[in-house]
Amino acid sequence: MSTFVDNDQRPLGHGRMLRKEDRRFVRGRGTYVDDISLPGMLHLAVLRSPVAHARIVGVDTLAAEAHPKVKAVVTGAMLAERGLAWMPTLSGDVQAVLATDKVRFQGQEVAFVVAEDRYAARDALELIDVEYDVLEPVVDVRRALDDDAPLIRDDLEGKRDNHCFDWETGDPAATAAVFDRAEVVVRQELVFPRVHPAPMETCGAVADYDRVEERLTLWATTQAPHAHRTLLSMFAGLPEHRIRVVSPDIGGGFGNKVPIYPGYVHAIVGSMLTGRPVKWTEDRTENLVASGFARDYVMQGEIAATRDGRILGLRSHVLADHGAFNGTAAPRKFPGGFFGVFTGSYDLEAAYCSMTAVHTNKAPGGVAYACSFRIAEAVYLVERMVDLLAAELGRDPVSLRMQNFIRPEQFPYTSRTGWVYDSGDYPRAMAEALRIAGYDELRAEQAERRSRGELMGIGVSFFTEAVGAGPRKDMDMLGLGMADGCELRVHPTGSAVIRLAVQTQGQGHETTFAQLVAEELGIRPDDVDVVHGDTDNTPYGLGTYGSRSTPVSGAAAVLAARRVRDKARLIAAGMLEVAPEDLEWTKDDSGGRFDVRGVPDTGVTIQQIAMRAHGAGDLPAGVEGGLDAQISYNPDNLTYPFGAYICVVDVDPGTAVVKVRRFIAVDDCGTRINEMIVEGQIHGGLADGIGMALMEFIGFDEHGNCLGGSLMDYLIPTALEVPDWECGTTVTPSPHHPIGAKGVGESATVGSPPAVVNAVVDALALYGVRHADMPLTPSRVWEAMQGRAAPPF
Amino acid sequence: MQVPAPIEYERAVSVEHAIGLLERLGEEARLIAGGHSLLPMMKLRLANPEYLVDINDLHAELGYIRITATQVRIGAMTRHRELLESDELAAVCPIFRDAERVIADPPVRNRGTLGGALCQADPSEDLSSVCTTLDASCVIRGPEGERTVSMDDFHLGPYETVVGHAEMLTEVRIPVRPRGSSAYAKVDRRAGDWAVAAAGAALWVDERGTIADARVGLAAVGPNTTGIPEVSAALRGRPPSDEAWSLAGAIAAQACRPVTDSRGTADYKRHLAGELTRRTLRAAWERVREGGAA
Ligand SMILES: Cc1cc2nc3c(=O)[nH]c(=O)nc-3n(C[C@H](O)[C@H](O)[C@H](O)COP(=O)(O)OP(=O)(O)OC[C@H]3O[C@@H](n4cnc5c(N)ncnc54)[C@H](O)[C@@H]3O)c2cc1C
Repeated sequence: MSTFVDNDQRPLGHGRMLRKEDRRFVRGRGTYVDDISLPGMLHLAVLRSPVAHARIVGVDTLAAEAHPKVKAVVTGAMLAERGLAWMPTLSGDVQAVLATDKVRFQGQEVAFVVAEDRYAARDALELIDVEYDVLEPVVDVRRALDDDAPLIRDDLEGKRDNHCFDWETGDPAATAAVFDRAEVVVRQELVFPRVHPAPMETCGAVADYDRVEERLTLWATTQAPHAHRTLLSMFAGLPEHRIRVVSPDIGGGFGNKVPIYPGYVHAIVGSMLTGRPVKWTEDRTENLVASGFARDYVMQGEIAATRDGRILGLRSHVLADHGAFNGTAAPRKFPGGFFGVFTGSYDLEAAYCSMTAVHTNKAPGGVAYACSFRIAEAVYLVERMVDLLAAELGRDPVSLRMQNFIRPEQFPYTSRTGWVYDSGDYPRAMAEALRIAGYDELRAEQAERRSRGELMGIGVSFFTEAVGAGPRKDMDMLGLGMADGCELRVHPTGSAVIRLAVQTQGQGHETTFAQLVAEELGIRPDDVDVVHGDTDNTPYGLGTYGSRSTPVSGAAAVLAARRVRDKARLIAAGMLEVAPEDLEWTKDDSGGRFDVRGVPDTGVTIQQIAMRAHGAGDLPAGVEGGLDAQISYNPDNLTYPFGAYICVVDVDPGTAVVKVRRFIAVDDCGTRINEMIVEGQIHGGLADGIGMALMEFIGFDEHGNCLGGSLMDYLIPTALEVPDWECGTTVTPSPHHPIGAKGVGESATVGSPPAVVNAVVDALALYGVRHADMPLTPSRVWEAMQGRAAPPF
Repeated sequence: MQVPAPIEYERAVSVEHAIGLLERLGEEARLIAGGHSLLPMMKLRLANPEYLVDINDLHAELGYIRITATQVRIGAMTRHRELLESDELAAVCPIFRDAERVIADPPVRNRGTLGGALCQADPSEDLSSVCTTLDASCVIRGPEGERTVSMDDFHLGPYETVVGHAEMLTEVRIPVRPRGSSAYAKVDRRAGDWAVAAAGAALWVDERGTIADARVGLAAVGPNTTGIPEVSAALRGRPPSDEAWSLAGAIAAQACRPVTDSRGTADYKRHLAGELTRRTLRAAWERVREGGAA
């Protein structure tokens, strides 16, 4: 029983309510992977490469094996004997489980130790002696394809260079034509530096292999337990029905927990070797240095327009740093993720993007927060380019955007790169942001401050995302279609359990999905139990990332509930001895019920129907007992949330310190299920966006040493760096989602970095600054003010 | 979770006891005060002491701020938070409160100590620069008794002090002179981050209102927090003015030795050394005026 007082109401469906899962979280009663403790459990620690690129000459493990508490020491050579030294990545590349021939990034896994406790395992790492023959590393992405660049992937047959893949989208000829006749063309190189999702909980696993039953149970920090089970089965040769993957409470994912990491495999191998459960928990440095990063795109942007501000075309070439192994999670058709939506919210005549991805001696990854499959990068590109155009034309950035928006009547709108935007009303969202901001007064204030030499900046961005992957004809993960299963059972007393294919990492699924069912069936959200994250207890589906839970599994939950309601109608008809068509579904504060049309309050409640469905009495002919439904939902299209963001900054002219004074965020994610949860997602994303814009950065020195390996080096914003958020809402439902909802998990992370950068550049206009790359640390801003803005390499 | 290598642990009950333990356990023993510098290094295994001698029970003996007309004495176990919250200290040396407001975060300030801060000798450490600015001296006790070392002599280089292995810092003494005040300013990339550059300034005027003495201490722009005698020499005898602060800023920028790193370029840090010197001198001067001393 919950005893807390709700913040306002107890909706019998959609609406604001406190999160059900917080009952345990605020009491410290969550169960994260590191909280799992099994009898006889051993602990695993990973020895990692101290250098970015080296040949392994020898690994001496004798001293470590002699440690009294050590149970196993495993090297790449030992895994190679079992055919387990390499594993597939989510992009169809391979990645070393333990290095055999070479190490290819600092922090790469070289050996692991299984010992009686965490301390002994860590101590024994120091007893392993690895001889490295250090090689020249490839650190600068712009030099990765030079003729004399050292070859990183000599493990791949016939590989001669560091090329990873090429990809293009749009129409190059049509785009060249509009650029030829454009009156104005603006070009700019934009770098979206490497950042890290840095979830509060680092990655980890507990593997328990039962040698007798030949069954593996793996508790792991995974955003996609079903996909992981399938891939583990395919790679490790274990039958899939004897693998159970459990993703318990997850302390933040942000895409960091989409890949399968070598550490998970280590734990499995360790358990198989020792016959005991084995726990691996990454420490903070390991997480930052070796696990999935985000971004790392060098983008050449070009925008073409008429002198009166009509945007004609957009073109870009992207150089993508994928690190040593291509570990990005992206559907096979989209190796550059959904970067193809880079035309943003504008109705242009032509667009073209080409992309070259390369390998460097850096950690693999690339999916992370607001992975949104690379839409963060795409939105940054277009929103900076539009601002650069506005500066070139001497136009206000808002009016230029308003002039070029896709108009409400153009939806569904097919973009120049083939994306079908489902719904939108961009001018309305922008107008709402301007209203909240008091935009005209802000501009007046800015003019007045400028006259006194003060540096105030106002930055605008308008984003459109494509989330909810996705239709299985186009979208997959290593061949697995991106549809989601869902199972709903209503118990005899009218409470229910819903089993999901997606996995919450803090997004509040246990509340939102209960509300979805509650809305459809007219029962209390507290009466709906949400089961997720355990492959033995949930139907198949591809997990939570790319803001896909509500667009895909949310739709599945609603449709399952509607199926239950359809069946309930048949049973109710039998109970009331009328034809099903004569019944009318109503839902009010007391719950959901079927009444005989025109005769209110004579019907049966959903609880009475549930009891009947399981009861001893007769059911109508052809109706089975029980009140359950199961579904696999394959979305027709992605959903396209959007929003208008305005950021106000003050820059100290003497120290170049940027202070974010205000941030206005108007988000349209279609129908909102629980406003409080939506706002929470937006608040977190805005903070992350300010972090990326101002301070977050995974840098490397010329030797390939990672310079962001602790939270003293990799800075994440605190409450002191962020203002009070000023949020606004417009609602433009998605036409193809059963309740009109769109994803929102990554909206703010995607939309906010360009708003902050645009604001800082606006503030520095007095210094003639046109562009400055993130992170806009005081030093980098000051250098820009001196006319020395430089990319973050 | 990052885990340190095996260690043995002792808890000292008095200064003598602590020194005796250090003497007996030898070079591989380290004092632990707040632990906010030492423990992170141990977890990263950058520091691997064999023995820890915990001196937190000495807070009763060494946690104090005593103020007389001519001197402030602060015990080495005084915590950041106590320095931050002391109104008496803020009245004579407002620079402490300025600095403490921008050192780390409340959990660190609840435990971290003045002694630990100075003995850590991090080039970016704020309290060292505060103490340099205030011309403090350090009282060091060892098996042979007590000695006093000026801040200028206390640091030997980054992470290195004159405190010997069986010695400990027990107290910091700050002279109090009339008609003076002080201020501190720091630029960091984020709240709780170490300084990109920081400056402390202290200023005293004579009866006629001209500058009797001025001192500046910089953090994060050299191997140790640096005092700049040239600033003092240039400002003595001048009237307080924006020109004077600018002159001092130019000297400070010239005198410091910053390096480029992920916190910022050397040029920027040099610029900050000047800018923050100007700002803190001006702030100190405004405080002198507000205090009615001029
Ligand atoms: C997240 C974080 C942010 C921080 N930010 C800042 C910042 O912005 N500015 C800043 O200045 N500092 C910062 N610090 C450092 C913090 O102020 C530390 O508390 C302080 O530097 C060390 O004090 P301590 O008592 O914790 O020392 P400890 O860690 O206990 O000891 C540090 C060293 O001093 C020695 N030692 C301790 N006491 C004595 C003594 N009495 N005599 C001789 N040797 C002694 C120890 O043996 C050890 O070598 C930060 C620390 C953290 C963890």
